[in-house]
Amino acid sequence: MDSEVQSELQDTNKKQKKKMKNEKIRKKLNQEAVEKSVVKESENPNTQPETSFPPTFSVSEIKNKQRRHFMFTKYKQEKRKEKLTLKKKRKKERETLGDAAPPKPVPKTIENQRIYDETTVDPEDEEVAFDEGTDEFSAYFNKLTNPKVLITTSDRPRGRTVRFCEQLATVIPNAHVYYRRGLALKMVIPQCIARDFTFLMVINEDRKVPNGLVLCHLPDGPTAHFKVSSVRLRKEMKRRGKDPTEHSPEVILNNFTTRLGHSIGRVFAALFPHDPQFVGRQVATFHNQRDFIFFRFHRYIFKNEKRVGIQELGPRFTLKLRSLQKGTFDSKFGEYEWVHKRHEMDSRRRKFHL
Amino acid sequence: MTGKSQVCSVWVGSETGILKGVSLAKKQAFNFCELNSLSRDQEVCVLCWGDAQETEVLVGCANGAVKTFSTEKGIFTGSRQCGDSTQAKFTGLAVTDSSLVTCVESGLMKIWKEGSTDTVEINAGGSVCRMRQNPSQLHHVATGGKQNPVKVWDLERPDTPIFAAKNVRNDWLDLRVPEWVRDLAFLPDSEKIVTCTGHHQVRVYDPASPQRRPVIEAQFGEYPLTALSLPSTPGSVVVGNTQGQVAVLDLRKGLVRGCLKGLAGAVRGLQCHPSLPLVASCGLDRFLRVHSLEDRTLQHKVYLKSRLNCVLLSSRDLEACPPEADAEQEVKEEDGAGDEVWDTMETVMEKNKKRRIDEKADSVGKKTSTKRRKAVKK
Repeated sequence: MDSEVQSELQDTNKKQKKKMKNEKIRKKLNQEAVEKSVVKESENPNTQPETSFPPTFSVSEIKNKQRRHFMFTKYKQEKRKEKLTLKKKRKKERETLGDAAPPKPVPKTIENQRIYDETTVDPEDEEVAFDEGTDEFSAYFNKLTNPKVLITTSDRPRGRTVRFCEQLATVIPNAHVYYRRGLALKMVIPQCIARDFTFLMVINEDRKVPNGLVLCHLPDGPTAHFKVSSVRLRKEMKRRGKDPTEHSPEVILNNFTTRLGHSIGRVFAALFPHDPQFVGRQVATFHNQRDFIFFRFHRYIFKNEKRVGIQELGPRFTLKLRSLQKGTFDSKFGEYEWVHKRHEMDSRRRKFHL
Repeated sequence: MTGKSQVCSVWVGSETGILKGVSLAKKQAFNFCELNSLSRDQEVCVLCWGDAQETEVLVGCANGAVKTFSTEKGIFTGSRQCGDSTQAKFTGLAVTDSSLVTCVESGLMKIWKEGSTDTVEINAGGSVCRMRQNPSQLHHVATGGKQNPVKVWDLERPDTPIFAAKNVRNDWLDLRVPEWVRDLAFLPDSEKIVTCTGHHQVRVYDPASPQRRPVIEAQFGEYPLTALSLPSTPGSVVVGNTQGQVAVLDLRKGLVRGCLKGLAGAVRGLQCHPSLPLVASCGLDRFLRVHSLEDRTLQHKVYLKSRLNCVLLSSRDLEACPPEADAEQEVKEEDGAGDEVWDTMETVMEKNKKRRIDEKADSVGKKTSTKRRKAVKK
């Protein structure tokens, strides 16, 4: 017992010493500050701001505009100086403490403050595993089918949409671009199934700008509808590499954690062939952040054992899920698995669905 | 397992073939099946109560089997093959005094007498979407489907329907209006039938009147209505559509009384509580939701991991703790135990008193000494 107490005492002594040190530093700083303040205003010699209340004063009470402006800038400068000194002080303290310094506080972002989603998939969950193992994509993931994608547009595409389609076709292996010819999607789908297509991709445009994407898995769904924004074609990109080769790329799916996210991730995964050809060194990335899906297409190279260089090949675009529908495209009579309802779902900024 | 099933007050059938029981009081959900023998052809299509005491749940699977689940034992007690997997899925299941009525999508309605293998078959026309039983007259059932108007059948005279609805008049272009009954229900204490259609109409038919066309027609939204249910208070109906919009409609004028918010995907099953103002909904978004019909707020929300097809509520209070029997038994045991119980109780009281005194001692200094002495004396 005694020894423990002693050790504790020692500890406290140490702490006190430290405190003393800190206090010394603080006192020095204080003195400096005091000296400055004394120079500035000689009313407060005791340096006891707690006991004496200075008369309240605010810059906004000054009636002269010029004077008020001047005082305000001065006030701002002082505040900035204070902030900088505090920052410096903290940095100094951190350096003096060395390894014993407390860890830096992690900044709050709306992603790490995310409201917990109860549908987050547990990889060991048998029921979800069974559900995913027997869904519409099971044929692809059991390597029974090879993807074959038909890319088309809304009727009479113009401008960027046409080039966007062509560039998408170079990203996705085994993709065929067809002119829409004013055909209804419900007529196109049976023909696609007859020709063994596994995906139908329709790019919608508004005033020559692509703004929508319908991804319909064939033969029996599901259909996902996305909003497309910030499309950057190859020509508009800086520091891009040479045109992509015909090797099938690797696919990276980031942050698809919830049950809905899993379904969407499976849709993207099923667009690409099973075995990537690593010779091509090409990667297609679908990165989900705050329910926005960012698409990037890169070529990588291992410079040495530690460093990797990447080169963007383009195009790049951003997707946002609008709805996921069961079955093939049928916007009138189809049953929706998930619909984005802005006024109901977007009431909280920290709630994400993918 | 038995305890689990007795606690559950809501039963949900899923697309993966799992029967799920949910206890809203304990906020727990249980799966009643073996996870290793799962398959998609056991998909639960319909659920209904097997008896009036609600001790049995009948589960209609997509492969044509009707399983009996005992809520007391918590296991499947029987299975009966009421069709082949080649035939279409079940659209309705009903129990009369001594027989089981099944209906499949192809329109074949069968009456299975207990203890005999021969069945009575009724052809209700092609592509039936729903068959429902009249809760006040158990031998009356109604069917309806795509291009198949509402028909009411008397199971004792299965040759002809006792009521067959007529399609509404042609539209202003003199074209036939398509029919697509997705769900129907009998209004209590009358012969009237409410239907909801794939063309977002809600219609009321009255077999008692000479008119075979709908008496009231209302519209809700622009998407197909998939499910409907009647609350305990008359005069309204709850409908849900393929986008997860659920609304309470007034049956007097066909206006929307209010919408139930919070659903993300298509509604597959809706059921109102028989006595309380509650409605349970389930669907493709994998959630079971219970809304209050009084202020239309969301009361409960349970994630059930699979797409859900149908929901069944028990008629008791959903949030009350059901295992009262167990509690009573425990009390009786305590009575029988005798002296020991009393001894322990005394000690507990003393301890409590001391604790209280100690707490007081912290706050009030002087009084404690006397009180402590008293406690010691006791």
